Amino acid sequence: MPGIYVLVEHDRGEISPATFEALTAARNLAQRLTEEVVAVFIGVFDSDFNAVCTEYGISEGVVLASPLITDYGPELWGEALSQLSQERTPRIVMSVGTDKGNEVIAHASARLGSPFIANCIEVHRDSDWTITRMQWGGSLLEDVRVDTEQIFLSYAHHSVEPETAALSSDANIQIVELELDSLLTRTLVQERAAQAEGATLSTASVVVSGGRGVGSADAFAPLEELADLLAGKVGCSRAVTNNGWRSHADQVGQTGTRIAPEIYIACGISGAIQHWVGAMASKNILAINIDPEANMVTKAGYAVLGDLHEVVPAIIEEIKRRR
Amino acid sequence: MRILVCVKRVPAPGSRINITDDALTVDTAHLGFTTSPHEECAVEEAAQLVEEHGGSVCVLTVGPAEAEEQLRYAASVGANEFVLVPNESGHDWDPQRTSHVISEAITQLEAGGERFDLILFGNESADSGGYQVGIRVAVTLGRAVVNGIKGIEIQDTTVTASREVDGGNEVYSVPLPAVLGVKEGINLPRYPTMKGRLASKKAEISSTSIDSSAGPQEKVRLHQPEEKISETEILGNGPDAAVKVVDLLDELGVL
Ligand SMILES: Cc1cc2nc3c(=O)[nH]c(=O)nc-3n(C[C@H](O)[C@H](O)[C@H](O)COP(=O)(O)OP(=O)(O)OC[C@H]3O[C@@H](n4cnc5c(N)ncnc54)[C@H](O)[C@@H]3O)c2cc1C
Ligand SMILES: Nc1ncnc2c1ncn2[C@@H]1O[C@H](COP(=O)(O)O)[C@@H](O)[C@H]1O
Repeated sequence: MPGIYVLVEHDRGEISPATFEALTAARNLAQRLTEEVVAVFIGVFDSDFNAVCTEYGISEGVVLASPLITDYGPELWGEALSQLSQERTPRIVMSVGTDKGNEVIAHASARLGSPFIANCIEVHRDSDWTITRMQWGGSLLEDVRVDTEQIFLSYAHHSVEPETAALSSDANIQIVELELDSLLTRTLVQERAAQAEGATLSTASVVVSGGRGVGSADAFAPLEELADLLAGKVGCSRAVTNNGWRSHADQVGQTGTRIAPEIYIACGISGAIQHWVGAMASKNILAINIDPEANMVTKAGYAVLGDLHEVVPAIIEEIKRRR
Repeated sequence: MRILVCVKRVPAPGSRINITDDALTVDTAHLGFTTSPHEECAVEEAAQLVEEHGGSVCVLTVGPAEAEEQLRYAASVGANEFVLVPNESGHDWDPQRTSHVISEAITQLEAGGERFDLILFGNESADSGGYQVGIRVAVTLGRAVVNGIKGIEIQDTTVTASREVDGGNEVYSVPLPAVLGVKEGINLPRYPTMKGRLASKKAEISSTSIDSSAGPQEKVRLHQPEEKISETEILGNGPDAAVKVVDLLDELGVL
């Protein structure tokens, strides 16, 4: 009966692809621990829940139903999951470590006074739980031991490659009606504002970034031109946002955006570890820096040593010459 | 309005995070310390809200005596009241213990004065990144809480808070008193002025010890993630390297 219960992250029924990482991780874990995976869907919405369970080889699903759950709400979702966790006493209650996944699991565990281990990459069970998790946005790892029967955790986003099941099976979906305190509707989403569509920093195939070495807001003009020529986006370091040269939306790193372009061109950026964790998923990195010892230069696949104010315009000119 | 901000003192490592021989903490022998970036923004947000609506900002930290440095920094950018809850163990406490201690401290602070209309946390701490202390405190106090906040507006007895999600923003409208976890980018923190620096020297810091015991989670060791080491190919020096750079862009198919 215990089992591994996985939160399905969704937006009014639309299941987030990040959930597939959690389902995959749970399935692998279940095999090692000889447990069953149960997928948990919060609220009654039109969705592909059934199909997703089937595709990911999850034979059991639970829909937590309440007329109060009309949208996402961290308190309602957390309370719903905590009620289920208390009643069914699963061994593991988990999600993927997105902002929402971490938020809901934190709420559920807090309500039961249980530990919550965020952003795990490895989970083992002998007499205790031994878990490896990310600190510093992934720049450092921590091994923790937890001596409880039940554990709440999240798997670090992008740490597991989603894999559908070889054998799909029809899922048995059960609807569980919950009684929830209407007070908790105070944190339901009230409104949404859409953003302009198009490539974002996190999805761009080329990112041209500038750091303190750029020197001023105006001096970003050549970087913008280069990004435009390559149909890419401009990024920056925290030194740049702190100076007010660019908006925080452009910041790459631990407290900014994580990028994964085909090529990352880092101009005048030293490559501090908190910047590096945001850039390291790039397929190729080109550092342009006057300092051959800069971390960005020694870690990058490619580098140009020199003043970015000369090198970037020369690259622009060479591109234009060839077109 | 009375606002509380909970901040954590964290080391500010450069190109690599070194760990001590016992593998239990970050080796800070050659490092400076700072306030976690999300929380620095939380302090700025609180200062701006009080400038607009009146009131005061209290800043609380759980940490070693040296964390006074982070409280004084908060004083230099507009906070008014400072509380240090000592943890002299030399290690971070686990998130449940930290949450317990902060909840108790808040109860004491509110018993001795007004209730906090708003309590701000960072979305996650910069070092341990547990994604939970603010939520645990809010649950203990029975208050509404939303994380990931990048916009705050107060109207009378309600706070409108927004957060970024794929393709847009979600807006929450939460009755006060409330708890919010904020993210860097919500504002651009100010630099301390001369007057601020003076205020920070004079700031009175109260120290409040709170009994607590460890939770069921124990840190075993810290270690470095595996890194793929790559040789750096130097494409050239100065503008002459442009030809090789564009050759590379061509090769990668992004030209
Ligand atoms: C908890 C925490 C979280 C953080 N999160 C982030 C984050 O998300 N993102 C982030 O970026 N940082 C983050 N930081 C800050 C980070 O530690 C560094 O301070 C920051 O990345 C430094 O920015 P920089 O490389 O632009 O500046 P610097 O470190 O000052 O480097 C400037 C570089 O430019 C080079 N240079 C100077 N002039 C020229 C020139 N004319 N041509 C070519 N090269 C030149 C120099 O050689 C040097 O390498 C965080 C810090 C902490 C403590
Ligand atoms: N030692 C501490 N002292 C004060 N506030 C803390 C402390 N640890 C965590 N917090 C607050 O709780 C938030 C979430 O922390 P965490 O759960 O560790 O990610 C942080 O951003 C801080 O606002």
